[in-house]
Amino acid sequence: MIAFLVSAIRLGMTFLLGSTGETITEKAGHLNLGIPGVMCVGAACGCYAEYMYFTAVGSNVVPVLAVLIPLIAALLGGALMGLLFSFFTVTLRVNQNVTGLAITTLGVGMSEYIISEASVIFTKGSKYFTAALPFADALGSFGKLVFGYGIFVYLALAIALTTTYVLNKTRVGLHLRAVGENPATADAAGINVPLYRYAATCVGCGVAGLGGLSFIMDYLNGNWEYCVDAIGWLAIALVIFTVWKPNWAILGSIVFGALYVASSYIPGVSFAGKELFKMLPYVVTILVLIVTSMRQKREHQPPQSLGLSYFREDR
Amino acid sequence: MAKPIALECRGITKTFGRVVANKNCDLEVYKGEILAILGENGSGKTTLMNMVAGIYYPDEGQIFVDGQEVTIASPKDAFAYKIGMIHQHFKLVDVFTACENIALGVEDEGRYRLADVRRKVIEITQRYGFVIDPDKRVADMSVSEKQTVEIIKVLYRGADVLILDEPTAVLTPQETDKLFAVLRRMREDNKSVIIITHKLHEVLSLSDRVAVLRRGEHIGTVNTADATEGVLTEMMMGVKVELSIERSEPKNPQERLKVEDLHSVNEEGRPILDGVSFTAYSGEILGIAGIAGSGQRELLESIAGLHQLTQGNITYQDPKTGKTENLRDKNPLQIRDLGVRLSFVPEDRLGMGLVGNMDIVDNMMLRSYQKGRGFFLHRREPRDLALNIIEDLQVVTPSAATPVRQLSGGNVQKVLVGREIAAAPTVLMAAYPVRGLDVNASYTIYNLLNRQKEKGVAVIFVGEDLDVLMELCDRILVINAGRVTGIVDGRTARKEEIGLLMTKSKEEGVGEYGEK
Repeated sequence: MIAFLVSAIRLGMTFLLGSTGETITEKAGHLNLGIPGVMCVGAACGCYAEYMYFTAVGSNVVPVLAVLIPLIAALLGGALMGLLFSFFTVTLRVNQNVTGLAITTLGVGMSEYIISEASVIFTKGSKYFTAALPFADALGSFGKLVFGYGIFVYLALAIALTTTYVLNKTRVGLHLRAVGENPATADAAGINVPLYRYAATCVGCGVAGLGGLSFIMDYLNGNWEYCVDAIGWLAIALVIFTVWKPNWAILGSIVFGALYVASSYIPGVSFAGKELFKMLPYVVTILVLIVTSMRQKREHQPPQSLGLSYFREDR
Repeated sequence: MAKPIALECRGITKTFGRVVANKNCDLEVYKGEILAILGENGSGKTTLMNMVAGIYYPDEGQIFVDGQEVTIASPKDAFAYKIGMIHQHFKLVDVFTACENIALGVEDEGRYRLADVRRKVIEITQRYGFVIDPDKRVADMSVSEKQTVEIIKVLYRGADVLILDEPTAVLTPQETDKLFAVLRRMREDNKSVIIITHKLHEVLSLSDRVAVLRRGEHIGTVNTADATEGVLTEMMMGVKVELSIERSEPKNPQERLKVEDLHSVNEEGRPILDGVSFTAYSGEILGIAGIAGSGQRELLESIAGLHQLTQGNITYQDPKTGKTENLRDKNPLQIRDLGVRLSFVPEDRLGMGLVGNMDIVDNMMLRSYQKGRGFFLHRREPRDLALNIIEDLQVVTPSAATPVRQLSGGNVQKVLVGREIAAAPTVLMAAYPVRGLDVNASYTIYNLLNRQKEKGVAVIFVGEDLDVLMELCDRILVINAGRVTGIVDGRTARKEEIGLLMTKSKEEGVGEYGEK
């Protein structure tokens, strides 16, 4: 049971990073369907940076750098994809859905290209990411459940909580929400709409990039697999599942993680059955969509201008 | 004038593509005065003010604030020079509260705390006599409350020059009076108020001076005390015009449409129509007055068979056969074939009834596509109809094959109304047919409706402007929150009486005003 929960939470935090990133982006009015691609690129950049670092230093690995370098690489990789997305949708005013899908395709391809040079060396790096606090084991199952994780779990929680705080309690958050709800209003109020959209998308994509890296380095213990994009789609579903609230997404991500890994912990499930189990998060998301649309509550709706481009002199 | 100049525009020119919106406009506003900017739709009033507010940037010309030349490149710059504009379409975020909307975009010193914002908002409301709940969500507000939030928003930023774009278009007479009282208090506070309008009586009752714009040019500025309606109209139109609606007595009125006790509810189960009953006669224009969203649209749509009713009867007397038909048993197509026609002009004009990217001929076909057999379309008949409408109603268009979107608002509406009239209706329902039209185009539409009335059509007209309703209609039905609060005679009714009927709450009985 403990192993199941720990596994659910570890996977859940990957979802959480992805969905927090997407929420930041969507709050600015950008429906970024490129998140799967962004997460792929983030993962690949992080892994490649780790590979470069390890080849460069040989055996004198400094643990802090072994963690920090891939993190920064993943953040930058994701943010660059966000920059590309914003350039297309804000500056060139291309349709967001089309751009997003293109970014996904591009990101998946790019990650394969980046990673093709590196090899499975990441397992070595992964142990720095998964290293738990030393006293976790001493506290029994409680310790395992609360302190038994690597850096990513705490990082994801911190980012989700910070995002919630910034969105709801600060001026920047107020402006960002206004940009996503009604850019014309925000513009008339003197808010720089393109700047906010660029910035939110880059930050959001950077966070999502971290999510991609966490999937490889934490959940898969450094074994590269070409399925990061699947996680990305679930992260987008999670945004809808938790009605655009990063703090709700903390619980939601654990639910998603649990549903996703449940099949491995239930004895006697066939291979086909496992794949059916992995569909559960999507089914739950559809149910949530049905329920929220039936209730039509204002605070549970997506930002009003989600998916729409904005240009001031459009009449 | 001893008063100092607060804002001055010199030689402002702005073009959109080949359209000249403003040409060499000069304008000055003094401190502590109310300046009205008067002009027809499309005369460039709003564009000129948008340049002062930083929404557009002028192609040529200079703007001076307190005697200093300034560059206003964005709304932010405008705020910096203490200029604030209240737009006709409110710029508010629906899911935010009043306070959040007011705090939006303000870069105060220190931390962002909603409690501080609220305190300052309450200070402003007390100073100028606003009534507003700072924690109410904009989505739950009435139009007049939203406008109040907009005004407070501008004052919150310390604006000394307030520009209001058609502020009374959406208000009832009582709300208008309240607004004017607030504006006068601002004038006493030595602020400059600019009000954009095309309503002459408002100009005369409120402003100190009037600047008149025509086709993007500044025609002149006069002191309100020296102006009369006639002078101002002449300045506005360029020629001396007599605009009046010839209202004939209804000839041989016969019962055409009888509506009894209509009820309907919205998705949340709240009533939209709440026991509406009336009778429409042939050869008369029945006006429907009410605050926007009181159920006017649903009422017309239920007659046209487009709105689900929970209760009630709609009986139609067919003048051709003399038979009585119950419209509730029929589908929209059958109702249309009986001669009951609806032309609805929504706020965005193109939203309902016409397809913007299709040309006039194709739009005619939207109403006739069921006619004819076979796989291919017959285009000749609709083309003839389109050409007829263009000629009869003087639609200004390069050709019948021009996409409707490229026509100006007035011409689009002529096409929409013309199409419904062309079908020789027996009941013609027109909702907001003059929405956004200039004075001339509006009168063309009124005359069209009058001609239909003279032909014996029962015309139902939903309008926004009470003055027009009282000039055009034989009877005026007042609807308030889905209930008929009164039916008054268009010739004898007083504006205040209609205004009261529009706003009074459910608890007060119908006809209470008459007893006073």
